[in-house]
Amino acid sequence: MDFRLKALTKSIWIFHASVGSCNNCDIETLDCFTPRFDLERFGIQLIGSLRHADVLLITGAMNRKAVVRMKRLYEQAPKPCLVVACGTCACSQHMFKESYNVREPLDKILPVDLYIPGCPPKPEAIISGVIKLLNKVKRGK
Amino acid sequence: MNPAMKILFNYFIFPGFLFSASVGLIAGWLDRKISARLQWRKGPPWHQNFTDIIKLLGKETIVPEGARLTFLAAPYLGLLSLVLCATVLGNALFLSGQSFRGDLIVVLYLLVIPAIALIIGASSAANPLASIGVSREMKLLLGYELPFIISLITVVIKSGGVIKLEDILSHQAGFGSNIFSLSGAIAFVVAVLCLQAKLGFVPFDMAEADQEIMGGTLIEYSGLPLAIFKLTKALLLVTGPLFVITLFLGKDIGPLFLLLKFAMLLVIAILIKNTNPRLRIEQALKFFWGPVTVLALLGLIFASLGW
Repeated sequence: MDFRLKALTKSIWIFHASVGSCNNCDIETLDCFTPRFDLERFGIQLIGSLRHADVLLITGAMNRKAVVRMKRLYEQAPKPCLVVACGTCACSQHMFKESYNVREPLDKILPVDLYIPGCPPKPEAIISGVIKLLNKVKRGK
Repeated sequence: MNPAMKILFNYFIFPGFLFSASVGLIAGWLDRKISARLQWRKGPPWHQNFTDIIKLLGKETIVPEGARLTFLAAPYLGLLSLVLCATVLGNALFLSGQSFRGDLIVVLYLLVIPAIALIIGASSAANPLASIGVSREMKLLLGYELPFIISLITVVIKSGGVIKLEDILSHQAGFGSNIFSLSGAIAFVVAVLCLQAKLGFVPFDMAEADQEIMGGTLIEYSGLPLAIFKLTKALLLVTGPLFVITLFLGKDIGPLFLLLKFAMLLVIAILIKNTNPRLRIEQALKFFWGPVTVLALLGLIFASLGW
């Protein structure tokens, strides 16, 4: 395996983007970095600037105004950049399916690598999702 | 070994790049680990910072539209000059007879250049948040340099007016470490506070505030240039404490004592970092030009009285 790929799996920096969520997924995501779960053990960090990101973690149903911004965010991120849809809203629009404000699901707009369902997903679910993502990267994306 | 080879060896391997960068990355891990333990977490494994650097080397480098050439040149300027600084300092500290007259002033100047490189690089990034970071970094630099230089002059007066690192060390070997006198202790406190700002640790990290201005000066950097800035930061984490040890704790500098002193300074910095909130820039400037400068001047007066 390429050692750069290996380094990528050992040090993932997450940029957390909320596009119209109810903040529950955001709270559960931040919970992963608290003492009980502590994702920094695996080198996973939340970072401030998108330019440093390896993973774009998106929560919330994609509303009409966010679509343009989200596309621009994805283009600004340095590649290889993975996209994670966190929460049922981001995965499949959830109860906003018929909404006037939400046109299309996230995976019609961006290439989503990982879906973490749940409303909100538990930190355990997010961690297990991250492990699946790492295995996917290791198998060679 | 002929002299040219020796200089290259010193610059790239022993006290220079390879040695200082490795020690610095491990010191950076120590910072993360102790912070994690203080927050009741486990913390990353010891090779975490090496992994981060390798990962960043494999990422795409993005040059934003409207950025100037200095955007990519500035990281190298900062790293190369800091490596030179680590070499000069390491020559005085680890190898005998390598020190030259006036290297104290050379080290002082070279320690400023990484901050200037950050200012040059970020101000050519064409990003409004980066320019906020630049303005803060500049004001902070003006703030902490004044008391830092005054505390340095205190040391020079105490060691009888020498400006050679080896002479300062040998003076302390003869008369005891500078920290164990009144003026030396005051200057040490001032230097530790200035070091905190130089390292960009928490009460004074307003230039890179992650939560507030999204990385500030580093916001537009990705891939290789970001890795170089991280390396520069790691080197600063070695050079800064070693410089303070040379100035104030220079009596016993055998490997074991040096390591203990280095770890002590590091732990002091990390504890200050973890127990303080971030200051606003004008608070930091007021702090450095007010109480800290007065304290430094007091140390200077005591030193000239011979205390």
